[in-house]
Amino acid sequence: MSHPALAIEALATRLDSPQGEVRAVDGVDLELRRGECLALVGESGCGKSMTALSVLRLLPETGRIADGRVLLEGEDLLALPEAAMRAVRGRRIAIIFQEPSTALNPVLTVGRQIVEVIRRHTALRGRAARRRAAELLAQAGVPDPARRLDEFPFQLSGGLKQRVMIAAALAADPEVLLADEPTTALDVTIQAQILDLLARLQSERGLAVLLITHDLGVVAQMAQRVAVMYAGQIVETATREQFFRAPQHPYSRKLFDALPGPEKRAAALAVIPGQVPPLVGEFRGCRFAERCDEAIERCKWVAPRMVELPGGHRARCLLREKGPAAAPGEPTVVASRRAAAAAAGAPLLEVRDLKVHFPIRRGVLRRTVGWVKAVDGVSLDIAAGRTLALVGESGCGKTTAGKAILRLLPLAGGSVRFDGADLAALGREKLRRLRRAMQIVFQDPYASLNPRLRVADILAEGMRALGVGASEAERESRVAALLEQVGLPAEAASRYPHEFSGGQRQRIAIARALAVEPRLIVCDEPTSALDVSVQAQILNLLRELQERLGLAHLFITHNISVVEYLAHEVAVMYLGRIVERGTADEVLGAPKHPYTEALLSAVPRISGRREIVRLAGELPSPANPPAGCHFHPRCPQARAECRERWPEAVRLSRTRTVACVLYRSSAASSI
Amino acid sequence: MLAYIVRRLLYAVPILLGVNLLTFALFFVVNSPDDMARMQLGAKRVTPEAIEKWKAERGYDKPLLWNEAAPGLEKATRTIFFEKSLRLFVFDFGFSEDRRDIGREIAARMWPSLALAVPVFAVGLAVCVTFALLLAFFRATYLDFWGVVVCVAMMSVSTLFYIIGGQYVFSKLWRLVPISGYAEGPDALKFLVLPVVIGVVAGIGANTRWYRTLFLEEMARDYVRTARAKGLSEPAVLFGHVLRNALIPILTGVVAVIPLLFLGSLLMESFFGIPGLGSYTIDAIQAQDFAVVRAMVFIGSVFYIAGLILTDLSYTLVDPRIRFE
Amino acid sequence: MPVVLATDVLLWLLVAAGIGYALYCRGRAHLAAPWARVFRSPAAVAAAVVLSAYLAVALADSLHFRPALARNAEGGARGYSVEVLSVLDALVPGLRTRTEKTYSAPLATRSFAKEQIELPGGGITRDFPRLRWGGAHLRDESEWAQDVAWRTAKGLGLAAVLIGFAALALRALRRRRPEVPWHAGFLAFAVLAVIFCPAFALAGGYHVLGTDKVGNDVFYMALKSVRTSLVIGTVTTLVLLPVGVALGIMAGYFKGWVDDVIQYVYTTLNSIPGVLLIAASVLMMQVAMDRHPEWFATAAERADAKLLVLCAILGLTSWTGLARLLRGESLKLSELEYIQAAHALGVRHGRILARHILPNVAHIVVIAMVMDFSGLVLAEAVLSYVGVGVDPSTSSFGTMINAARMEMSRDPAVWWTLATAFVFMLALVLAANLFADAVRDGFDPRVRVGEVAPAGAR
Repeated sequence: MSHPALAIEALATRLDSPQGEVRAVDGVDLELRRGECLALVGESGCGKSMTALSVLRLLPETGRIADGRVLLEGEDLLALPEAAMRAVRGRRIAIIFQEPSTALNPVLTVGRQIVEVIRRHTALRGRAARRRAAELLAQAGVPDPARRLDEFPFQLSGGLKQRVMIAAALAADPEVLLADEPTTALDVTIQAQILDLLARLQSERGLAVLLITHDLGVVAQMAQRVAVMYAGQIVETATREQFFRAPQHPYSRKLFDALPGPEKRAAALAVIPGQVPPLVGEFRGCRFAERCDEAIERCKWVAPRMVELPGGHRARCLLREKGPAAAPGEPTVVASRRAAAAAAGAPLLEVRDLKVHFPIRRGVLRRTVGWVKAVDGVSLDIAAGRTLALVGESGCGKTTAGKAILRLLPLAGGSVRFDGADLAALGREKLRRLRRAMQIVFQDPYASLNPRLRVADILAEGMRALGVGASEAERESRVAALLEQVGLPAEAASRYPHEFSGGQRQRIAIARALAVEPRLIVCDEPTSALDVSVQAQILNLLRELQERLGLAHLFITHNISVVEYLAHEVAVMYLGRIVERGTADEVLGAPKHPYTEALLSAVPRISGRREIVRLAGELPSPANPPAGCHFHPRCPQARAECRERWPEAVRLSRTRTVACVLYRSSAASSI
Repeated sequence: MLAYIVRRLLYAVPILLGVNLLTFALFFVVNSPDDMARMQLGAKRVTPEAIEKWKAERGYDKPLLWNEAAPGLEKATRTIFFEKSLRLFVFDFGFSEDRRDIGREIAARMWPSLALAVPVFAVGLAVCVTFALLLAFFRATYLDFWGVVVCVAMMSVSTLFYIIGGQYVFSKLWRLVPISGYAEGPDALKFLVLPVVIGVVAGIGANTRWYRTLFLEEMARDYVRTARAKGLSEPAVLFGHVLRNALIPILTGVVAVIPLLFLGSLLMESFFGIPGLGSYTIDAIQAQDFAVVRAMVFIGSVFYIAGLILTDLSYTLVDPRIRFE
Repeated sequence: MPVVLATDVLLWLLVAAGIGYALYCRGRAHLAAPWARVFRSPAAVAAAVVLSAYLAVALADSLHFRPALARNAEGGARGYSVEVLSVLDALVPGLRTRTEKTYSAPLATRSFAKEQIELPGGGITRDFPRLRWGGAHLRDESEWAQDVAWRTAKGLGLAAVLIGFAALALRALRRRRPEVPWHAGFLAFAVLAVIFCPAFALAGGYHVLGTDKVGNDVFYMALKSVRTSLVIGTVTTLVLLPVGVALGIMAGYFKGWVDDVIQYVYTTLNSIPGVLLIAASVLMMQVAMDRHPEWFATAAERADAKLLVLCAILGLTSWTGLARLLRGESLKLSELEYIQAAHALGVRHGRILARHILPNVAHIVVIAMVMDFSGLVLAEAVLSYVGVGVDPSTSSFGTMINAARMEMSRDPAVWWTLATAFVFMLALVLAANLFADAVRDGFDPRVRVGEVAPAGAR
């Protein structure tokens, strides 16, 4: 019997932390076959990255491998002396990391960083090595590779940097590639490019790829087999088909249920209660038992072993000893609850032609020589009780637009009317009073709460500043009410932010916004820093609050499935401008603008592969946008006139507008 | 790039003007020229005539800012502020208490200062970077631990003790080099060896520890993990990747002090009797020779600003991220 | 009659503030946690014990009074000596008053220099005369070794008793807080006891560390210098703290022209070489003080005022480092989302500075304070050498070194004054450095407080 390309047996990795010894990887068995892509799936902190680093013996200094074997073609890597291990790294097993901008050395040229691998592991030197590096870049899809060799990483975009990383990883023709969240830091259209590239290289070279990801959509698109990791252990392994048809571990099933999507709009998302248990100390029973709604008494006391199920499917669950679980029922695609809901009333917020420009200063006297037009003429409306999703890739200006609407940034032009009052024209004091009505929830739950204030003070701050509540006592009781409203215990009031998990902090941030009784909340990527199971909790909370309090939400996000689940209306932004807007059904169901189309098709779906509209290149700089339609250099349907001028928005229905020349003929009226 | 340098140079003007105003306020407003005259003349000879004579000899007999008595433009120019402070801008420093041209004195004393400061600087840099690299290479071992302990102990000793101890051991006990003194030409060597060694040793503790921190910080970065994942050996990672990045803050920090080398070292020069600018300054302070102190303050500021500009320039040279902006 | 010197007040205020801060931290887990981390380091615990010993000496030396003179015959108003003494002087009365003529070596019974001595039977010889105090109780110098051994033994006995008490305390402390490495503190205490108990026992009859040129006891001078060092190291920080903090966070938070102005001010100040700026300021203050002798009632007050002015000048010339550090940090903080949330909630600037910015840079202030301390102690020595340090009548390590540095070239060398200053300073600065390291590691290892050398000790 031939060996698998890489076999991990009973791997145990320990990390020292102030809280004690963390069992980051605790008895992992995995088998990666030749030419296969195995996806290792799990939420943050489950030990999937540590597994990859353990294979290469590149653990941080606080970590060590306590037990187990890592067999490369039958040879135990953990038994090798360090020098022999160095000959394996890069030559037989290569790795690419999540964050290409920090994984490349900032002061060395791209060429040097690739040639270094070639020199280390092959006989090529000098010119030949350089030529080989250029070839590799070309294979990794880097345009104009010979010129790129002499550039520095900071001169490349995120997508190109990741291609360089891939080129360097493959330079010595390794057998195994470990890809640690290779597309998590990238935008969805770039992610699609990189995933394509990885899939192509894998099949061309017969690479064995261990793909580490948290994104089930990526798994569905890339993997042949799947391993699910939870709290340092593998809890399920299966082929992709088996896994997506009928996941066997309750955790895997919950992960699917917690994913937002259009078909789940009718109801609240399933959530996994509680948090991943701390990996300090011993476990007795099943690690998932406390959060599992199928748990039986025995789960608390008996550590489950891997149960073999038909077809090579395996799951670490006591319930599966009786046999496999049935495939979950197809979720019925309900007619959109939202479309059925009464049409929106008069808009609460009307934004017209909003502009935010940042100066570019140059020269001796730092004179302004140009402007970065981060937001360049954005118009939108939101009615009470409705959610408008502002969608776009990073750098498109969506967050800037959100902050400018709240006047947290100075406006360069346009108007923001809130309930009839023009915010742009208000003075400081009047604006301060209006702040009660509009609040914001930020992306990063760790940066959005002052670590030095108790939760009660965080919640009361806005009330004090804006005069909500007549007395301290009244504010105190309001704090208690708010905590209950967002699902936190009352004793949270006297604690500090660091005592809470990311999801709980986001609840505190929501409560802080609610404290001043706003009517509009700008949600700036509130769930993008959270794991899927926690994201579901927050999305449920936001929806529930909206229904109860009649809040208007401006939901800024790049995550299409969240939009599909949550939004009533959608506006798609590209390089400072809105290219398409309409109701969620209109825009997401039948995208009209080529960019919307490409964006939607690039999202990896768990329902399997489908045709992707590929976009060339990346988002240009807003300091120097392309002439005419900003999107034309990447547009598969661009025409000559697209280069000439920006197309006016065309109204296609009562609720829908598109800014694209393709729809000019059918224009009913132009705004 | 050029615009940038021009901007920095222009920025130097208000700073030097500020320095000028500050020293002017310190020297002439807090105390009047009369007070200085009294102090310089000493208790026994203080008569109003003596004070007037002292002031007239030194040009301190004019009004501070505005001369009503003078005609036309000279109302502003025949003042202490103009003659004593603004003249510094054209490097006209006037005369010291012992009636010597300060400008000429400074020009002559710069060279002994440099002869001591440059070797201390260059050797010190090389030694400290080497030690720091060693400690970083052997990080988390006993060598590293005790290395840091020695560094902390060494930086806890006052420079004065290094000098006094060095002179006692090498010059008095072992009679290897003269205790102090200076000579022109190659003879200077035997006078300079000891101060250079002491200067280097006195700086080892603080600098080695500082550079080690920079190296370790750099070694914790992601690209170092990438380099190891390529199969590079530890020395290759250290020299090929870490060193280049860590040298950016080291070099730019070091460049800032290069112009200040001209000012010499106060303690070394005064202990070893080297006739440089450091001992000049110290003598002036001890003799309360305000004209010299004022001149040195101004020159010091000029060199400091030169250091700032050099720092910016060196950044653009060693850091490609800034070079290509 | 008690005499209240300005630096006394400030030193005691600082101690009170320190105690207040500790009590404030106690109830707040996030403030106490970094300190708990600091005291997890054995070096920090040992350093803290050594620093406490220095602090105890300094505080005892910071309660001043003028001793009453004997009532004069007419029975008039009670007179007070013009001499200002401290509690420390009262605790070790002999050390201050028992001065010799000139140099004498540690534990010596005879002077360091030969003198003409009249023989009891008439005639004159040249010999080392007996000291007035050192070993004067000995009937015969041959008893010297025995006497010294006996006194040392008595001192060690006392040390043993103290160490015994400390051991009891150690057991109790270990039970209450097992995570703190108390043994390191115990060890430091034991070493201090073993050194100082015999030293004090011997000091009753000898000059343990010799005498200086004018016959002052070197051990006494070293003890007196401790206070000067601590005043310089802490009161200076007290001066620079409000300036540095206020300007630093305002520059970082408000940006724009506020930032430009503050940056201009500190670049200008920074551009003047430290020693020169300090020297110029000190000289000018000196002239002003010479002109107004009526400002001070006693010489002690005058010397104290000079010390205070020196601290103020050091503080006003070295706030720039802290300001720059805090500016950078506030710049980062002001972009953080919780500050933006506060803006969105309509919180006013003053409140944002006080509640959001200041508490989040407080750790840097703490780190800067402890890290500056050792630099300032070293700077004092250099400044006193340059001649712009403390008043010559104030004893400090700087003045000790300055007075003794030429004597190394004598034959045989007069080494004890320098050695004493060296050991006392090294112990203080080393302890401060070790403690500062632990504080930085405990609070935020990434903070880079530049090496503070206001005296440009290069």
